[in-house]
Amino acid sequence: MSTIAAAPAAATTSAVLEVDRLHVEFSTEGGCVMAVKDVSFTLGRGEILALVGESGCGKSTVAMSIPRLLGDTRARIEGSIRLDGVDLATLSERQMRHVRGKDISVVFQEPMTSLNPAYTIGRQIVEVIRQHEKVKRSAAMRRAVELLALVGIPDARRRLSAFPHELSGGMRQRVMIAIAVACDPKVIIADEPTTALDVTIQAGVLDIFRRLRDTLGTAIVLITHDLGVVAEVADSVAVMYAGRVVEQCSTGEIFARPAHPYTRGLLGALPSRALMRGGRRRLADIAGVVPPPTVDPDECQFAPRCPRATAACVAARPPLAPFVPGHRVACIHAGGEETA
Amino acid sequence: MTAAVSAVVPARPRPQWRRIARRFLHRPMAIVGLVLVLAFIALAVVGPMLTSDPDLQDFQVVLSPPSLAHPLGTDDLGRDVLARVANGARVSLLAGVVSTAIALVVGITLGLISGFYRGWFDAVLGRIVDVLLAFPFLIFAVGLAAILGASLTNVIAALAISQVPAVIRIARGEAMSIRDQEYVSGAIADGSRDGAIILKYVLPNAASAFIVQATVAIPAAIIGEATLSFLGLGVQPPNASWGILLTGAQQYLAQAPYLAVFPGLAIALTTLGFNLLGDGLRDALDPKGHR
Repeated sequence: MSTIAAAPAAATTSAVLEVDRLHVEFSTEGGCVMAVKDVSFTLGRGEILALVGESGCGKSTVAMSIPRLLGDTRARIEGSIRLDGVDLATLSERQMRHVRGKDISVVFQEPMTSLNPAYTIGRQIVEVIRQHEKVKRSAAMRRAVELLALVGIPDARRRLSAFPHELSGGMRQRVMIAIAVACDPKVIIADEPTTALDVTIQAGVLDIFRRLRDTLGTAIVLITHDLGVVAEVADSVAVMYAGRVVEQCSTGEIFARPAHPYTRGLLGALPSRALMRGGRRRLADIAGVVPPPTVDPDECQFAPRCPRATAACVAARPPLAPFVPGHRVACIHAGGEETA
Repeated sequence: MTAAVSAVVPARPRPQWRRIARRFLHRPMAIVGLVLVLAFIALAVVGPMLTSDPDLQDFQVVLSPPSLAHPLGTDDLGRDVLARVANGARVSLLAGVVSTAIALVVGITLGLISGFYRGWFDAVLGRIVDVLLAFPFLIFAVGLAAILGASLTNVIAALAISQVPAVIRIARGEAMSIRDQEYVSGAIADGSRDGAIILKYVLPNAASAFIVQATVAIPAAIIGEATLSFLGLGVQPPNASWGILLTGAQQYLAQAPYLAVFPGLAIALTTLGFNLLGDGLRDALDPKGHR
């Protein structure tokens, strides 16, 4: 049920979040850093979209620009981000505060430091609820118990009076998710929500996201560098490289028919795949380094690291174009024999 | 269900405080400090009620050494030194606690705002604080007291103002480091207002630093009051203050050393008590500390 439309402007009625031609620039002392270039996607109700890429590819910047958390003075943002058809850039800071935590909420990477150490978790959940909804403290408390149960915290009622330091990392991340869904948001942005967790805990947390999507119809933008996480929960995927989306399609499609050499490189670096392919011990890495974000030449930025690069790759930047229906890729050599 | 839930509602930081108290009580020196401070407070609060009039002159017993009638002896006007030390304790407690409280309220407010928002306010305030911190605390207080004039109120004002820069610096540092914590980013992402973030996130998490700062600032203010009064810039005779008792004792050091010993001891023990208490609290409040 991928709603990554070929033309993002053609908004379907089910689209909750539409990001259209998003550019984000930071002006630093070292010059202008173009963190995000021409990123577009739409997200339907109950859809989980994974933004995948290496560190510094701009995926977190995309995520933080959606609830306008980048800070107006540091970042220059172009393009539009629409929530239920409303352009978020047109809202005042005050209106935006009502959107944050209510319509769009964020789950951060570090569960160990994302909760206020001075208050019990019950109080923190209740405060978020009462900040956005006019409900009595007792009603908010009851809701907090339900939320903790929803995210799979055993003995939820007793846990309300626990302090963050009394909980494990996995439990804290569950609390963070409980806070994120407290006001029944339309969109949750999860920035590497499982990266800091044990592998055994990761599956449980990912399962919560899947349940939220199925029961509440929440749309989720999942930022990750872990293709295993993508396979686990995402409906669709956007692979980012050097600030641009280089491949966009459904999750099944990306594992069945990865078209961009970079995506293939990422898949080749997965341990399970490498081992399945005849017990080869060495993981395939991608040679070279990510280009500096201060330059944006009119060429394929992956070309210097690409095994298939030709002169045509650096003659002009390949556009993100349909490869097969519902699958777009920015590579002139897309598809063909899998060599990666 | 509702009743059961509301039974959980008192979600106050109780267990945390219990843990801190236990850690504190594991330290003998911290307990010594606590006892000294409590003794000082008791002396200041109930001492003057139990002793005779500190201004009552009895020329029959001028400069008499400690005796049953006058446990700490009498001064050159036949006044009871114990009564005067107890009264001095009251002045010291008042000057120490009130000036520190004022300095903390003003300094924490300015420091947290400055550190949280940075920007031009921080730049301006930061330079002012730099200039003020260039003056040693006592010199600054002496200068202010000289300008304001000698009285207990002015001493408190002078001590409060001269403590503010140090408090601003601490509060600013705390606000800057807490502002970058993920839970503050989380609060912003939840749609919290800046004011709520400062009050509910920054202040409580910086509280232990301010508690420890208070245990340093109070004895500094007590010494400051004694110094100002000793120099004639503070409480004026015949009112009793530890500084004034020391001034009076100066002339009789050879004949009646106890006149200087007891007020001096009071200052030393009170300061020591607060410092030990502060060390104990700092260790007990340190989340990384062991039990």
